[in-house]
Amino acid sequence: MSKELSYLEAIREALLEEMRRDPKVFVLGEDVGPYGGAFGVTQGLSEEFGETRVVDTPISESAIVGISIGAALRGYRPVAEMQFADFISCAFDQIVNQAATLRYRYGGRATVPIVVRAPSGGNVGGGLYHSQNPEAWFVHRPGLKVVAPSTAYDAKGLLKAAIRDDNPVIYMEHKYLYRRAKGPVPEGDEVVPIGVAATRRDGSDATLITYGAMVVPSLEAADRLSKEGVEVEVIDLRSLLPYDKDAIFASLEKTNRVLVVHEDVKTLGIGAEISAVIMEERFEKLDAPVLRVTYPDTHPPFSHVLEAANLPNGDRIADALRRLAAY
Amino acid sequence: MPPIKRTKFKLSPEQLLEMFYWLKLSRAFDERLSILVKQGKVRSGVYTGIGQEAIVVGTCYGLRKEDFIAPLHRDLGAFLVKGVEPRVMMSQMFAKTTGLSKGRDSALHSGVTELGIFGNTSMLGANLPVAAGLALTFKMEQTDNVVIAYFGEGASNVGDFHEALNFAGVQQLPVIFVCENNQYAYSVPVEKSMAIDDVADRAHSYGFDGVAINGNDVLAVYQATQGALARARTGGGPTLIECKTYRWHGHSEHDKAFYRSDEELAMWKSRDPIPTFTTYLRARHVLDDDKLKEIEGKVAATIDDAVEFAMNAADPSPEDATTDLYA
Repeated sequence: MSKELSYLEAIREALLEEMRRDPKVFVLGEDVGPYGGAFGVTQGLSEEFGETRVVDTPISESAIVGISIGAALRGYRPVAEMQFADFISCAFDQIVNQAATLRYRYGGRATVPIVVRAPSGGNVGGGLYHSQNPEAWFVHRPGLKVVAPSTAYDAKGLLKAAIRDDNPVIYMEHKYLYRRAKGPVPEGDEVVPIGVAATRRDGSDATLITYGAMVVPSLEAADRLSKEGVEVEVIDLRSLLPYDKDAIFASLEKTNRVLVVHEDVKTLGIGAEISAVIMEERFEKLDAPVLRVTYPDTHPPFSHVLEAANLPNGDRIADALRRLAAY
Repeated sequence: MPPIKRTKFKLSPEQLLEMFYWLKLSRAFDERLSILVKQGKVRSGVYTGIGQEAIVVGTCYGLRKEDFIAPLHRDLGAFLVKGVEPRVMMSQMFAKTTGLSKGRDSALHSGVTELGIFGNTSMLGANLPVAAGLALTFKMEQTDNVVIAYFGEGASNVGDFHEALNFAGVQQLPVIFVCENNQYAYSVPVEKSMAIDDVADRAHSYGFDGVAINGNDVLAVYQATQGALARARTGGGPTLIECKTYRWHGHSEHDKAFYRSDEELAMWKSRDPIPTFTTYLRARHVLDDDKLKEIEGKVAATIDDAVEFAMNAADPSPEDATTDLYA
């Protein structure tokens, strides 16, 4: 593996390769055409594939997803871009009522192979409507799949897997990582399978479960704890629906302690679900309560001071790990 | 607004009688469903199109198998004309495994892709972006197939209506938007939900023609559709056809429809599309008493057979409550 790409370039390369591989793959969204997308993810695509397969749309998020569903029913594999994950609420009905239920209400006679790309997350000074992490809304809806890569490798591999998947997939791409995360990417036909977590750091004293941009401060905190004699295993979920229960339980088996870290707000976030599943199915393995470090139940504010007050960081995660280890 | 080009059409006596059969079958199907609801044999989900049948028959008659339709919740007749067996539709209403959704949902929330039928959710107007997506693929493939999308005057106030028609206009998609203006959105009369007289006028703002016609005249509907089809098949883009009509029953079979007067209902019943067409056929010696008796007998036998089939069909298994969620 010689080549290194940024997270953003990795997303673009996945689109490019899948569009070259399969003529049924096309992209649509606001400003995705010659402009190349608000973040530049689709740069160069319209030059290569033309406006038939790189469709600039009006500001119509609901229609972007609805059009994708219609095309998918005719055998296409559309990749819809929401300019910001925050705007996905405008397409909520088409995603949760139209796409998610379609196969079920068709008695299993149809598939909806769409991908909805959603640039999510804060720490980029975006304020209330350019910083949100709405993944839990979609994890709560059977019929959907939800992924949230943290590395360039997974950004490419998971997007390729999502495009090839016959189900609607919400692809949460974290804006903070766009140009900060760099690394090798899968080559050729390799994909990163949906539903499989990655262990980012081995450890035997505590398990830290996280995803997306929170992998960065989580690893930083784990390194600090290591200096204090506590070895933390860091699991990057990568997929949120379905999530890798086996990986969580296998790590819990070793450590008997779990901390969940996410940038989404606390109440009924992914951490709540993981905590509940551990309680139900592995209660006897726990030496400590499952702890969470998350965004507080508030909105992502514009002020750097206010946003920093909300974002989980290495200090907060390390504090929680110390509390966990002390049990 | 330039009027839609009047298209000459010639239908053989056999074709006229076929249309007559579909009108009678659609009416009889809904009338039987209404009785089955009152008898408690069908649980719910019955939204009849009684009084509006000329619209689905006039638009669907003669469509290609490859053409797609995206019906609204009263358009059971559209499913029949487009090729779904009455036994299957009745099974759907009885929530049996022989129905389209195998008991997962009632009514018209399911479709048959091979027959060119998209089944919408309960979110009125949410079928319109999907119809635009279907039409976009026809345009991509440079075929001359067409999509017909149906909505009520009520759904023309939904955001998806605007997003879908705007996109269809921009892209000059091969789609016909058929408004079934039956005067009421559940209980709210049209004058309380729109500040204009004709939904057809809304087509102006999307850059294509809209025409308001008598939706209770099956041949007027057929003629308008043929004109719009000719336009769409030759790259002329979308057309909006507003069919003025009236729903005889309440919104659903549970609605007593006290919000309207007996006189109003009686006036519209005097414009019943079926006797109007019967008179036309008799005057042209296409239909006589013997032929009428034969058709009515065939309709009754078809409905009886469908009900018997559906009542005897298997209920779903409890475990199927959680299958067919993912491909």
